[in-house]
Amino acid sequence: MSLDFKTGAFNDFFRDETFRGDFTYRNSNPRRFPFPFDRDDYMYSVNMEPHVPGRPGSVFEHIFDVDEHYVAEMKDRAKVLADDPLRCQSLPHMTLAGWDTLELVMEAKARDYPQWFSLTKDGNRWHWINRPLGIEQSFTFLDESTLPYGPFEYIMRQTQGDWTLQDERDGTLWMDAGIATSQADWSVDFDVGMNFHEWHAPVPLAHEKGVFDRALKFLLKLQHGAPVRRFNWTMTVNPLLDTAPETYPKWGPMKATLTPENLGQKQHLRVELQTLYRLPRSNAIAFDIRCYLASFDEIVTVPKWARRLHRVIRDLPEELATYKGFLRNRPAMVEWLAKHDDGAPTSPGWWPDD
Amino acid sequence: MSGGAKLQVRVAEVVEVNELIKRFRFVARDGSELPAFSGGAHTVVEMDDQGTRRLNPYSLMSDPEDRSGYEISVRRDEAGRGGSLFMHRHVAPGMEMVLSNPVNLFALDNRAKKHLMIAGGIGITPFLAQIAQLTHFGGKFELHYSARSKPLGAYMDRLTAAHPDRVHCYFDELGQQIDLKRVLANQPIGTHLYVCGPKGMIAWVLSTAESLGWPKQALHSEEFLAPGTGLPFQVELAASGKTITVGPTQSLLEAMEASGVDAPYLCRGGACGQCETNVHKCDGTILHRDHWLTPEEQASNQKIMPCVSRFEGKTLVIDR
Repeated sequence: MSLDFKTGAFNDFFRDETFRGDFTYRNSNPRRFPFPFDRDDYMYSVNMEPHVPGRPGSVFEHIFDVDEHYVAEMKDRAKVLADDPLRCQSLPHMTLAGWDTLELVMEAKARDYPQWFSLTKDGNRWHWINRPLGIEQSFTFLDESTLPYGPFEYIMRQTQGDWTLQDERDGTLWMDAGIATSQADWSVDFDVGMNFHEWHAPVPLAHEKGVFDRALKFLLKLQHGAPVRRFNWTMTVNPLLDTAPETYPKWGPMKATLTPENLGQKQHLRVELQTLYRLPRSNAIAFDIRCYLASFDEIVTVPKWARRLHRVIRDLPEELATYKGFLRNRPAMVEWLAKHDDGAPTSPGWWPDD
Repeated sequence: MSGGAKLQVRVAEVVEVNELIKRFRFVARDGSELPAFSGGAHTVVEMDDQGTRRLNPYSLMSDPEDRSGYEISVRRDEAGRGGSLFMHRHVAPGMEMVLSNPVNLFALDNRAKKHLMIAGGIGITPFLAQIAQLTHFGGKFELHYSARSKPLGAYMDRLTAAHPDRVHCYFDELGQQIDLKRVLANQPIGTHLYVCGPKGMIAWVLSTAESLGWPKQALHSEEFLAPGTGLPFQVELAASGKTITVGPTQSLLEAMEASGVDAPYLCRGGACGQCETNVHKCDGTILHRDHWLTPEEQASNQKIMPCVSRFEGKTLVIDR
């Protein structure tokens, strides 16, 4: 089995960069970053909104955002999967949901990025072209034997973001398939087969507020054709995509390498744009956790974001800073960010002012 | 917009299946494919009945992989509020209508080793789509289907021809009844049970299975409630600052919509929970008719499901 990438097309758009070793990841245009704070403080909430196409040029322009990091992210994912195949799992009853996911991604990308992706159908005979990765594949929809991987893994090797597929049974959701190679310290291998309340058990404070009961009730009513989105965020030292519990010894110690001099370059705000889709044939729910990284240096080029990030990090409850794994570096982060906060008021919403 | 995503369709075909049932086929107005769906899903059909807006849920019965159109079957209910009569009398090929995207409250458990299906009358419709889906993916099933008489056994010929050893038919007028205890006792471990039909039949099947020790997680049922009729009543809508009167053949949800209040809904049959509304004040009795609220919640009179439930008494104030 293989999925050989023949990249090189569109090199003027897709960055040749790394998320490990020399860490050459950069944002050509930091203003495109989905800054997640719409006010100067932060607390958990369900904060769902319809996932509808939004502002042109932003990450919301299309249902799936294919950005300059696409090719590099897919190469990084292939490396992670080669080292640890258990990062992608799908229980036997989730194959149909995998086909639903493949269809969702292929149809959306071929529609929204015709210069890069193409999907033609003759009944169940499908032909897929992914030009940035140099892939061309004829296959029979709903026939697993015609793809080099199961449908879920096949399309996930060509799709940014970690995904879980959740089966709906007994009034709750079960994480019965998933892939995680760009996760904020959680594990598919550990969580697969758990239900909604089980896999959220480690999150502090939110249970007391009933957030998960309300979120589950909301998700069970999620309708096909009406996807929703929300943000989550954390902090990562160095632009690491793969911050898995399985490899903590490799990346955990990097947290201790921050100095006042290198903080702006090394410390990254890690934003998850989470989107949820009801899948048509399986009635499962697909959960896409798309990771965006921006260094503090990049963020403070937008004055409103510089002021706000300082205030959010300074005032965040200690439990949340602990859970998100940056309690030890918070004083240094606040000290660095304070120099970029002149105390001026900020406007509502997350968009830059100008 | 309440009710979620919508499909703009045209009626392609109306077929009289028997003296009580008509089948309707819908295709997209712009000629595009409709979304695939999961067996057991329903759609809410929007009707404009001479100025009265009716929205009724019907199970999708066509092959879920046939994206060229959707089919439903509607049983005429002379004593109902008028939705089925409108479908039977006024809906004709060429008419433009609006459907909700499919919603599934009666899904197959794809882990099941086998699917045991029990249908009564028009309750056969969700099973037709489920059987089509299982046939594509190789799932095992066994269907027991009872109807009043042979002429009223819609789609029996088609089912028995395609699946002669898996489909078992029963007719009330011949005094035939499924030997439920024996059927349940003969299933392999890991079988899931699905029942759709009249209220009494659902209760009988579920209680028999439970008494034989079937796990609750393996039992699935679907019954859409018609909103039902009753005496007119007044309701104060606190958030909208309106007081409305609900007519005898109108639901509270329909009365809110008629007054211009955009209230949430999905199934409009008391099953999905989308329209759940908090009660601020209740001086009287809420006539709970939904499957959603727990008996404790219903007794507390702090919540109401406006799609099916009514009120008798002096004052009802709800948070909408």
